[in-house]
Amino acid sequence: MAQEKYETHEYDVVVIGAGGAGLRAAVEASAHGVKTALVCKSLLGKAHTVMAEGGIAAAMGNVYPEDNWKVHFRDTMRGGKLLNNWRMAQIHAQEAPDRVLELEEWGALFDRTKEGLILQRDFGGHRYARLAHVGDRTGLEMIRTLQQHAVHKGIDVYMECNLQRLLTDGGKVSGAFGYWRESGKFIMFKCKAVVLATGGGGKAWKVTSNSWEYTGDGVTMAADAGADLMDMEFMQFHPTGMVWPPSVRGILVTEGVRGDGGTLKNTKNERFMFNYIPDFFKAETAETIEEAERWYDDKRNNRRTPDLLPRDEVARAINSEVKAGRGTPHGGVFLDIASRRPADYIRKRLPSMYHQFKELADVDITKEAMEVGPTCHYSMGGVRVDADSTATTVPGLFAAGEVAAGLHGANRLGGNSLSDLLVFGRRAGLYAAQYAKSMSGSLSVNNDQVEEFAHTMLAPFESKGNENPYSIHSDLQECMQDLVGIIRVESELNQALEIIQKLKQRSHNLKVEGNRHYNPGWHLALDLHSLLTFAEAATLAAIIRKESRGGHTRDDFPNTDAKFAKVNIITRISNGEMTQSQEPLPEMPDELKALLEEKK
Amino acid sequence: MAEQQVHMRVWRGDANGGEFKDYRIAVGEGQVVLDVIHAIQAQQAGDLAVRWNCKAGKCGSCSAEVNGKPRLMCMTRMNTFEPGETITVSPMRTFPIIRDLVTDVSYNYQKAKEIPAFKPKAKESDGTRRMYQEDIDRVQEFHKCIECFLCQNVCHVIRDHEDNKPAFSGPRFFVRLASLEMHPLDTNDRMELIKQKAGLGYCNITKCCTEVCPENIHITDNAIIPLKERVVDRFYDPIAKLMGLFSSKNK
Ligand SMILES: Cc1cc2nc3c(=O)[nH]c(=O)nc-3n(C[C@H](O)[C@H](O)[C@H](O)COP(=O)(O)OP(=O)(O)OC[C@H]3O[C@@H](n4cnc5c(N)ncnc54)[C@H](O)[C@@H]3O)c2cc1C
Ligand code: SF4
Ligand code: SF4
Ligand code: FES
Repeated sequence: MAQEKYETHEYDVVVIGAGGAGLRAAVEASAHGVKTALVCKSLLGKAHTVMAEGGIAAAMGNVYPEDNWKVHFRDTMRGGKLLNNWRMAQIHAQEAPDRVLELEEWGALFDRTKEGLILQRDFGGHRYARLAHVGDRTGLEMIRTLQQHAVHKGIDVYMECNLQRLLTDGGKVSGAFGYWRESGKFIMFKCKAVVLATGGGGKAWKVTSNSWEYTGDGVTMAADAGADLMDMEFMQFHPTGMVWPPSVRGILVTEGVRGDGGTLKNTKNERFMFNYIPDFFKAETAETIEEAERWYDDKRNNRRTPDLLPRDEVARAINSEVKAGRGTPHGGVFLDIASRRPADYIRKRLPSMYHQFKELADVDITKEAMEVGPTCHYSMGGVRVDADSTATTVPGLFAAGEVAAGLHGANRLGGNSLSDLLVFGRRAGLYAAQYAKSMSGSLSVNNDQVEEFAHTMLAPFESKGNENPYSIHSDLQECMQDLVGIIRVESELNQALEIIQKLKQRSHNLKVEGNRHYNPGWHLALDLHSLLTFAEAATLAAIIRKESRGGHTRDDFPNTDAKFAKVNIITRISNGEMTQSQEPLPEMPDELKALLEEKK
Repeated sequence: MAEQQVHMRVWRGDANGGEFKDYRIAVGEGQVVLDVIHAIQAQQAGDLAVRWNCKAGKCGSCSAEVNGKPRLMCMTRMNTFEPGETITVSPMRTFPIIRDLVTDVSYNYQKAKEIPAFKPKAKESDGTRRMYQEDIDRVQEFHKCIECFLCQNVCHVIRDHEDNKPAFSGPRFFVRLASLEMHPLDTNDRMELIKQKAGLGYCNITKCCTEVCPENIHITDNAIIPLKERVVDRFYDPIAKLMGLFSSKNK
């Protein structure tokens, strides 16, 4: 019997993922008295959340008292090109301030205003200075605070434990199955509810700010278990990644550089962003350099600099400048703070950027401009969830953080992820705990299902094939980078689909060397299933959305299309086949619609 | 810069033993040691075990000893070595080997559990918690710690004496203790723990930990020495001891 054969643990709630969303979910579930496990595939404290730099968006009004949830809601919706789930955007804007203050309650130390309150900084697409931050290492502060809090709550943590498949019983979640990275042995969880908090799939692209963890595991586990995915066509390309030297291409340069006064320039020394202000943002964006300069100190009477337009706009603009031959020899543009702010200020506000450029690129950002260009950064799409409860379409399965879809619509504003993790992480923990409590009777796991998973996972050792997992991964990255990148066109998307199918075929002939003991080659071989699933879903959805909106730009359909403004693209897997459909967005109540119209 | 071949010696093995293996591999412009380890993985040794996440010195996963020096592999540029130099990469010595460059750092997670949690004082009457930048600067320095555990690895108290581990938290956790002790809102009293269980007394201020900290935290000067002074004030100063009877904590 499977239960005896494999190490098995029983819980009420199993949280998969220990970034901000997973930690916050586990803390909440355990606070509601259910037996909770927290599982992550790296060591605790090393999730993506630790890398976040710029800050957490929350309308606390510490710097601009006129800021409030309504303005934050409006900014988020407009940044997402109105494709966001309005209810998620509302909850997020309303609850974020409390979640930030709660971190302070648990020991976090944010930078302060002169009055001793939490300082807030400017970021793209946010009307007011809104991001609570600690220099440019906000994610570290957040994850450490949550981690220490969780540890003291006595939550069981399973580190370097990679879960691969969800177990279901009569359509409901009943557990999860995976392996310990250290020993390579299988491990099974039996539980009433699972919270997915596994983050995104940006490692399917070549130039990316994402780590080895971002293989789309959560999205794939959910889809394999029958859950709906949504908005998979929307990947965020962050406008400012490092471009030189080649070994650091893609590493993130925080938007905080622009928030704190940095500007983008081409090789002709022009502030080219003034040439790329779309009609949609004209009313709220400065048209002249003079107005933009005044805005830093006086936001009431001036409009925001176009350097801080939402990320999709800035990324496209940089792309166009480089294509037009006004880019640097390394294929980027300049990001200049050196000539605009004193060296001391730069080192104080952006210490880790200073360090990163100095150590990795021999550039002193207090003296020279940085070279930057777009990098694959964030998955707006993911698992479809209920706005209030984070429940997916599979009973017992919840999802929060980057793995979930809806809040950010077609494009995420900077800072809105860390707040998302806290707001919806908490809700996921709460509703998963409630669900687990409501479940009477016991669930069972299906041993045949488990045996099949175990068998598939061991195949690369026994295989007679000769495919190297590292080569398949790099071929996939090449394909997604070239054909499903920042600017897309139907013929290339179709070409990408063909390549993905071929890579899938090749992945049946994987061969790994060595044994099961901490073997990264085997781990990657197993991750290919989710990488390929993620890539396929993203490509298919990109073909269906024949318009340009937010993080999805179609060269063959350069404008937004009213038809597509009203639908989400939903992806499902049934009997191994991926299918997609268009479903109407939920209708927004009139009082919220009115908020979108207001200019202030 | 044309691609250059380098000679890498990488420790391969597990808890039962192992040896250095030689790899010759091309190095591209700007590469760091971690890039080269990844290239070896992709081209020559698919099962070479190594930890990493951010590749930008932010997560503290990729700690190892490069030419015997404790370093983050992702922040060690290949052009800092002499052309033709053989580069040796071995796992952190202080922790038990799992495989290749991956060590068992669970000791650190155990020590983290033993530190009593943050316990804030009551809010101000207007419901806020006012703190001023000057008052948190020094604690923010401690919060920069990325838990790379290089300081733990280098500290001779445990590097050379495995048996000290149960009674010694190590520099990383002296930093953590200092951050709690100096936190303007915290009310928990950890002095007894610092003196007894954390083993602060074992530290003889060699500063080796400070030297390897990739975050440049002044571990000895700003965390350890002030903690030692507090212990002395509390336990050996008769007046402070008397005061201690009346106030549970002197921040
Ligand atoms: C460099 C960088 C800077 C950023 N800066 C900001 C910023 O300033 N503000 C902002 O709002 N956002 C920022 N972001 C985005 C934000 O950091 C992420 O979107 C967010 O941290 C994701 O959090 P999460 O909890 O959803 O997932 P993560 O923090 O990525 O955690 C995912 C967890 O899931 C685990 N996991 C994944 N798959 C499995 C599996 N199969 N089995 C077991 N465990 C698994 C991982 O081990 C990990 O613990 C930044 C991102 C990057 C990369
Ligand atoms: S200063 Fe103390 S803690 Fe640091 S390495 Fe030396 S003995 Fe260890
Ligand atoms: S104190 Fe410095 S050396 Fe020690 S774990 Fe933290 S970052 Fe690493
Ligand atoms: S990989 Fe994160 S510190 Fe080196």
